[in-house]
Order: sequence, then C-alpha cells, then structure tokens
Amino acid sequence: MAGTKKTIVEIKHLNKSYRRESLVVPVLHDITFDIEEGEFLALMGPSGSGKTTLLNLIAGIDKADSGTIRIGDVDITNLSETELAAWRANSVGFIFQFYNLIPVLKAVENVELPLHLTMLSKKQRIKHAEMALSMVGLGHRMDHYPGEMSGGEQQRVAIARAIVTDPTLLVADEPTGDLDRASAEDILSMMERLNREMGKTIIMVTHDPRAASRAHILRHLDKGYLNDVAFQNPA
Amino acid sequence: MLLFKILLRNAFHNKLRSFLTILGIAVAILAFGLLRTVISSFYAGVEAASASRLVTRNAISIIFPLPISYAEKIRQVEGVKMVSWGNWFGGIYINEKNFFPNFCVDPLTYFALYPEFILDETQKKEFLIDRKGAVAGRKLAAKYGWKIGDSIVLKGTIFPGQWDFVLRGIYRGRDRTVDETQFFFNWSYLNEAVKRLAPGFANQVGFYMVGVTHPDLAADTAVRIDRLFKNSLAETLTETEKAFNLGFIAMSQAIVTAIQMVSFVIILIIMAVVANTMAMTTRERTGDYAIMKTLGFGAKDISILIFGEALVLTMTGCLIGMVLTFPAARLFAAQLSTYFPVFLVSNSTLCLDVAAAFLMAFLAAVIPTYDALRIRIADGLRRIG
Repeated sequence: MAGTKKTIVEIKHLNKSYRRESLVVPVLHDITFDIEEGEFLALMGPSGSGKTTLLNLIAGIDKADSGTIRIGDVDITNLSETELAAWRANSVGFIFQFYNLIPVLKAVENVELPLHLTMLSKKQRIKHAEMALSMVGLGHRMDHYPGEMSGGEQQRVAIARAIVTDPTLLVADEPTGDLDRASAEDILSMMERLNREMGKTIIMVTHDPRAASRAHILRHLDKGYLNDVAFQNPA
Repeated sequence: MLLFKILLRNAFHNKLRSFLTILGIAVAILAFGLLRTVISSFYAGVEAASASRLVTRNAISIIFPLPISYAEKIRQVEGVKMVSWGNWFGGIYINEKNFFPNFCVDPLTYFALYPEFILDETQKKEFLIDRKGAVAGRKLAAKYGWKIGDSIVLKGTIFPGQWDFVLRGIYRGRDRTVDETQFFFNWSYLNEAVKRLAPGFANQVGFYMVGVTHPDLAADTAVRIDRLFKNSLAETLTETEKAFNLGFIAMSQAIVTAIQMVSFVIILIIMAVVANTMAMTTRERTGDYAIMKTLGFGAKDISILIFGEALVLTMTGCLIGMVLTFPAARLFAAQLSTYFPVFLVSNSTLCLDVAAAFLMAFLAAVIPTYDALRIRIADGLRRIG
C-alpha cells in the first residue's frame, strides 16, 4: 500500500535561523524528509528544538533561509507573500493550542471566516460552515461566541474552521496542550477520524506522548536536527 | 460584510473604553463646533452684507463725522440708487450690562435700503411720523419685554443726557442670519437736540449707506464718490458693506485667530486620545490579526479592520457631538445674544466636524495599522495564550 501513495510534502535541505540584533540563532539544520498523502505525522522534541518553526515553514507562515518545501505541485519557498497567503487559504487548515478563534464572532461565523476568500455565495458559505460544525458535533452551538464555550468545544470549532475549505494539509500545533484529558482524547479522536475517513494529511506538533501515539509516524527534532523515524504505526 | 461585522463588534467590545473614547470625541467635537460657530458669528455681518450696498465714512476714521450735505451730492453720483445715513448712538439701557447696538438713522431711506429688516407697514408709518419713535429687533424686544407703545429711556454716552423713545415698531429678520438685536431711532431727533446743546456738532452723520443700481457697479461707484470729496475738509472712504464689516473683524483678528487655534488644539488632543485607544486595541488584537493573516487575509483586510474600527469610534463620537452642538448653541446664543446676535451652527462647521472625525480616525489608525501589518505571523501567533 505504502508504495502507491503520493508524496504530498517534500522538504529538502531546509535551514532556518533567527536574528536577535547582531546574534544569529540557528533553529533548523539541513532538514530533509517527505510526507505522503493521507499521512498523520507527529513531531516531538524538547522546547526550542525547532518543531513549531518547522511546522510554520511547512504551513507557509514563515520563510526559510535556504532549502525547498514542495507541497503537492507547489514550491512554496518561491512564492511571494501575497501568493503564499492565497495558497494558505486554499491548501492549509490550521489548529492551534489556544484555538485562536475571533472572540467577537459566533462559532458559525468563525468557521465561515476562511470561506470569505473563496467565490462561494453567502448562502453557500453558511451551509458549508454549518456542515463543518455538525461534523465536529457542534450543530447546537452555532450561535455561541467562543467565550461561551469550553476549551474542548472551542478547539472543535477551530477544527471545523480548519476543514471547512477542504485543504490538502492540516497542521496542528499542540492541539491538546490547553485541554483536560477527556477533551484532549476527544480532539485526537476527531483528528484521527479526519485522517482516516476524509484522508486528510495531518502534521501535528506535540509534547504529549499520548497524543503522538495517535499518529502513524513520529519524528523527533533535537536542537534543530531531525532524527530518524521513532515509530511507524500502520495507517 | 463579515469584516464590517468584525470591526463593528471590535469597536464596542470593550464597552467602558469605547464609551469613554466616544464621550471624549463627542465633547471635543461639541467644543470644536461651538468655537467654530463663535468664529462664524464674528463673520455673520460679513456674510449678511449686501453686494449692492456701499458704506461711506470719513477717510480719517469712522469716529470722525461727515456733513449731512454730502447726502444730496452722493445721490447724484452715477450708479447710486439710494442714500441713507446714520450715527452710532452708543446709549445704555438702565445700566452698562444691558448692551445692545443702537443707531439713529434716516427712517425713510434706511429700511428701504435694508429689505432684510422686515417691519409691518403700519408700524413703519408710526415710526416715520413720531420724531421720538424707535424700532427694535424681535430678539431685543423679547429680551427686555418691550411692547409697541412702551416708553424706553437710553442714557447717552457719546451724546450725554437721558433720551426718551417710544417703541413704534418691532422688526424681524428675513432669515435666521439677520441680526434681530438692534435698536433704531430717528436721526432728526438726535440732530435737533445736538443743534440745541452743541450747535457746532449738528448736521453731521457717522456714515452713509449707499445703494447702487447694480452690484457690478459697486467698485466704480465707490471710486466716484470718493473722488467727489477729494481735497474737501472731510474726505471720504467708500467701500462695500462686506469690506466695511471685515474692517471691524480685523480689529478683533487676534481673538478670532486665538479661538481658531484653540479649536484645532482640541482636535489635536482628542486625536492623541483616539490614537492611544487604537494602539491599545490593536496590540490586544495582534493575535486576531495574525490568525486572519494565517487564514489568507491580506494587508488590505487588516487595514480595513483597524481604520474601520477607528472610524466607527470617531464617527459615533462625532455624530453625538454634532447633535449636542445644536442645543448647546441655542443655549449659548440665548445667554450671549448681545455679543453674538447671529449664532447659528453652519453647514461648513458640520462639514469641518466630519472632516475632523475622518482625520482623527486616519491619523489614529496609521501607526497601529503599520505595526499590525509589519509583525510576522509567527510572532503574532506567539502573543496568544
């Protein structure tokens, strides 16, 4: 089966460093690896190992110093800021540790937000947003503001927002980091389902070994170096 | 539309801060509007001046008189349609606090030259036949509770003594820009008294009001009048009524300039307050803007959100301030009608209010927008949590 899968993410010789005034702090060193379509990859590592930076580079919200990142047929390292924004809108769904919902928008409006960058009509946008919310089990909370929902529910709204545009890739940065165990399990199960039933490729950064165990592949980053595959669960 | 919804909700998300900011803007716009109206009221006489009226006065200064004999000579100048005359009387009613402008005029010609002073025909006839008759503006009569037939005594300052008048008419303005606080009486009444008391000062007037046949002829006619009295004992200076009134404003130019400056300083202060509010709100929403950028929204969308929020705050405050300006101006006018007989909030003042609100929003949002656009998404996201 593995042999028939298409490579969706292709990273070659990726380097990234940050500048703090005159000081250059290297973060990622010569990262090279591929992710296949429909994969569920977990990235682990101690704080400061560069895992969030790597995720941001793959998601197109940060720029590498050198190297290439090809997502599908697009080399995103060659895209301008505007092209990158358009590419993100179409191709990537984001799930963050602190949900990052817009507090003044209702759940359904938060989910509808990325659809404003598409050609869909208002009616279609609302229909898509309601469908996505129903998929994460929040059909009854559409008109609630983030402040009126629990952490788990807010994260489910964030997942609905991430999948509503049907992106190629889902990136999740510590998606269970701010949740209690039950809610965390719930969110991880949902992500597993998205991977298994909808075929979404997921890259998840986590500190939590339990969360990482849900992934098919676990990779460790240490001081900016990518280690070998730690384990490979069957898809 | 969703962007509009976000910026609208953002603007009122922190209710106390929004309320205080809007209150500050409203008070600033109210103060700005009132000060601009004070400036407008200085120019009310200029605005109300007719293009077909000239004022002829002594070339040395307004305080020097001209002989009454000039009236007939001026009437014969080409382009002159009508001539009237008058004197500033400067009388005091009961005590010095009760100031109002009072003039002696030629009753027959003066009201004909000033069609904006509307006087009932019967009252006009009564005024013409009574040498002690006087006419007061509607606001002035209302202020002192005068009625037709009332006896009014003014204490002369330039022309000493007690001067008795009988109120024969109450005029009203043709529109709201006409001063209704003036008091007129018959020049002959004054002249006869002066003949008795100081014959050397009799048969003199303070100014001539000259009506021209066509406004286009005003400049040439003024030159002809002044040429007529060149090298005489009392040379004249003739100018349009507008220029004459502007000359009076020039005397208080320093005050007008000071008021103008204060009005702009008020806007500058509130601009700093709004800028502070916008800096705080934008800093708090760095994460929101970062997530929107992450989702693919561009610089234009983020700019709309920040500028829009600033505009919602300033325009709300501006509208409240503008609405409050009208009752405040009425109150102001009622209290100070003697000094500002025409105190009307003009359309240009309202336009300046709106322009000030736009400027406030723009300048208050520039730096926060620049900061929000400049910050890297990854840094913006890091601020959440």
